[in-house]
Amino acid sequence: MARKPELLPGTLDMLILKTLTRAPLHGYGIALSIKRTSDDVLTVEEGSLYPALQRLLLQERVKGEWKMTDTGRRARFYTLTAAGRKQLKLELSQFDQMIAAIGRVLRDPQEA
Amino acid sequence: MKRFLNKFALLFRRNRFRSDLDEEMTFHRAQMEEELIAGGMAREAAHSAAMRRFGNATRINEQSHEAIGFRLESVMQDLRFALRQLKRSPGFAVTAITILALGMGVNVAIFAFVDVALLQPLPYAAPNRLMSVDESTALFPRSNISRDDYDDWKRMNRSFRTLDVYNGTGYLLRTASGTVPVPAARVSDGFFSTLGVKMELGRGFLPGEDQPGKAKIAILTYGTWLKRFGERRDVVGQSVNLTGDSYTIVGVLPRTFEFAPRRDSEFWVPLLDRSGCEQRRSCHNLFGLGRLREGVTMEAARAEMKSIAVQLEKQYPDSNHGQSASVVPLAEIIVGPVRPVLLTLLAGAGLLLLIACVNVSSLMLVRSESRRREIAVRGALGATPARLAQQFITEGLLLAAAGCAGGLLTGAWLISLLARLIPINMLVRLPFLADVSMNLHVLCFAAGIALLAAFLLGTLPVMRLSFQDIRGGLNEGSRGASGRLWRRLGTNLVVVELAVAVVLLVGAGLLGRSFYTLLHVDDGFDTTHLATVQVMAPKNIYSKDAQAVGLYREIERRLGALPGVESVGITSDLPVQCNCDTDWIRIPGRPFHGEHNEVNEREVDATYFATLKAPLLRGRMFTESDDANHPRVTVINRALAEKYFPGEDPIGKRIGEGDLAPQFMRQVVGEIANVREGAVDDAIWPTEYFSIYHETDTIFSVVVRTAQDEKALLPSIVSTLRGIDPNIGVFDASTMTQQIESLETSMLHRFSMWLVGGFAAMALVLGVVGLYSVVAYSVSRRTREIGVRMALGAQRGAVYAMVMRQAWRLTVVGLGIGLAASVCASLLMRRLLFGVQAWDVPTLAGVILLLGGASMAASFFPARRAASVNPTEALRAE
Repeated sequence: MARKPELLPGTLDMLILKTLTRAPLHGYGIALSIKRTSDDVLTVEEGSLYPALQRLLLQERVKGEWKMTDTGRRARFYTLTAAGRKQLKLELSQFDQMIAAIGRVLRDPQEA
Repeated sequence: MKRFLNKFALLFRRNRFRSDLDEEMTFHRAQMEEELIAGGMAREAAHSAAMRRFGNATRINEQSHEAIGFRLESVMQDLRFALRQLKRSPGFAVTAITILALGMGVNVAIFAFVDVALLQPLPYAAPNRLMSVDESTALFPRSNISRDDYDDWKRMNRSFRTLDVYNGTGYLLRTASGTVPVPAARVSDGFFSTLGVKMELGRGFLPGEDQPGKAKIAILTYGTWLKRFGERRDVVGQSVNLTGDSYTIVGVLPRTFEFAPRRDSEFWVPLLDRSGCEQRRSCHNLFGLGRLREGVTMEAARAEMKSIAVQLEKQYPDSNHGQSASVVPLAEIIVGPVRPVLLTLLAGAGLLLLIACVNVSSLMLVRSESRRREIAVRGALGATPARLAQQFITEGLLLAAAGCAGGLLTGAWLISLLARLIPINMLVRLPFLADVSMNLHVLCFAAGIALLAAFLLGTLPVMRLSFQDIRGGLNEGSRGASGRLWRRLGTNLVVVELAVAVVLLVGAGLLGRSFYTLLHVDDGFDTTHLATVQVMAPKNIYSKDAQAVGLYREIERRLGALPGVESVGITSDLPVQCNCDTDWIRIPGRPFHGEHNEVNEREVDATYFATLKAPLLRGRMFTESDDANHPRVTVINRALAEKYFPGEDPIGKRIGEGDLAPQFMRQVVGEIANVREGAVDDAIWPTEYFSIYHETDTIFSVVVRTAQDEKALLPSIVSTLRGIDPNIGVFDASTMTQQIESLETSMLHRFSMWLVGGFAAMALVLGVVGLYSVVAYSVSRRTREIGVRMALGAQRGAVYAMVMRQAWRLTVVGLGIGLAASVCASLLMRRLLFGVQAWDVPTLAGVILLLGGASMAASFFPARRAASVNPTEALRAE
């Protein structure tokens, strides 16, 4: 199996929260959505996804509800809460700052 | 906080959590599978691919759980595992728990005493503001205060809100069944309000009620009310006859009241009329008790009282020369004498616990050594070092908890045992010792030491674990670095055990020698076969000298006639009690600057010295004619002769009071050997004896020398005395040896000696067992090596010597460190030693021999086993 680029540490929560701003999703849906939106670049391991979801549930950043899927199966759908939205905003701005900072460091001096 | 509650709630919904997660993950897998099938994969292949991609569901479940839950479940798991481990080796479990329980039990018990004696406050209002306020001289750091000085102090001082006095006395209580002597106390009017005591019934003393000429009133203790007045509530207002005087009862003290310095007092009366002593400023018979004003420190109060004393010294140079003041906390007066004993015992118990923990730790090390494979396997299967450490710490905690539970039981048992061993006289001095029990303080202390022990037990194996490499452990026969490390650590632990055992043994040895010396000090007379009894004759009947002398003669005659009695003597004070009841003397013709030449003063009859078998050195003893009709004469002890008549023959010399008043001048007629008047650990003081026929008193002691067992004669002595006059009180019938053994010094020494001795015995056993297990274990680990050596031609003697050498080295190092430490420890407990130095060579040598011998015996057996190893079997074994 070819090695795929790993998620940047600390970004999983942010990705989950962002994905949930579009629509309530179940665990599999979240993983699929991240994979598709990133054009198969980012893969969320199940081993990290579920612990992360439980953590977010406990911190009350997401809410879990058991519902029926289109195919008629029971699944837990996660919805973003107000606290989750706030957290996402915070993390996004931190992430932007971080990316900008990294970009400044990596940029070649000639181009400046 | 909310998160914590959520987590907590989760604990109770664990199964729900788990099934939710399981369902979620099953759904995930199913979706994956469908996607793969949609992509054209066969159903079977899609299923296993989904399973593979998803990974270990249980692991994810666990991780999710760990992310949000407590670690409780893994703790429970560890706990179950640890329990199983202990069940698998019950020998280890029982040994370890027993050792820990003993070590903790001893600590809990001793701490319970420390708590009640030193930590709990006295049972009075704001007890830390209560001070014992007394006079002080060069010879007595805390001496009684005279009534005149008290009146002045009370008037002049600004430091104390109230200043009161008390002194002990005794009365003859007339009851239906005859006359009984009862201990009592005289106090100034504010005594009870200074302590902050509320009466159970009636009232306390009112201001001014202690003045001479006021009405005779009394307050009962609760016990007296119960015992003598049947708890009748109409007792207030009734009168009671004390030594012929009628006292009106005004109040009853509460059940909880106690005042340790006068604990046995049944009746409390106001000071009232001045006794003969209280008419002179130079006669000191009271103890002071003051409550500090708000904001006044003890130091400030002390400075003020000292300056008042200086003022009085200027004003009354004759009586107050050298009389300073002493202000110390009341608690200090009460618990001061037992503090060093209790602290020493606590330290001893702590050392014992240290040995116990070290011993159990080394047992655990041995076990962890034999579990190397298990640890390695678990490590290889992915257990992190932290997870492994958690397992070991859990095991340590489990042991410590079991040990602690056992320790509490042992402690409770020891407390009741020790409380029963405390002699009754000590309880009178330290009444709070009766209240010793398992209270919250003690339980907290127990929890504290249990935590400490758990920490020790948990960390030692972990420390060892972290150095271990997994591959080495998997390799069954390996003798890797861990073997060496174990040897080093286990070895050092044994050295600690041996060193601590030396300290305890030396301590016990020194205390034992002190106690022996104490019981064998030269008392200057034959203490065996002496019966003693105190007599209190009613003052109103025996007030005149002639009547008192008549009583003395009758006692001498009647007791002397009893079968088995060799001789009878009468004295104002029994020997071997205290250097007290002193007199200030002056030798005419010698330079004198008002100094107080303090000597003991005793009144004795003509046959007293002969009864004691105290040898006369010069001159003569008293005769029956040395009475008020003849000139005053005195017999002095050798110490007085040597101090005041050095190099002279004292016979015929004259001694007087400070002012040389002619009516008190006396001639020395005899010199007697030094009869010990003070306690066994006091110095011999100069003492002058007067004829009791000349200076009569209605309270005195009778000593009876018997031919056989003196104890058997006590009942007939008491009944004979009562037969002489039913109005006289007879009490404290005892023997001289009992008297000496029940002295506070003797009791404290005996108590500490036995306890430290017990600790030392346990330490000896634990230390030697520790050494044995280390050597035996090392031999069993080296069986293969020994086999190789022997196969290569090593002689049995050489193998034997190799093992013994290791044991020797450990023993010598342990003993060496222990000796150095024990000399330091003994210096710290110097105050408890009597007549023996901290570096007492016989004790040190004895301990070395004992521990060295025991260690050699402990290593002899493993060494012999090593020497008898069969090389072929040893090599084949692995």
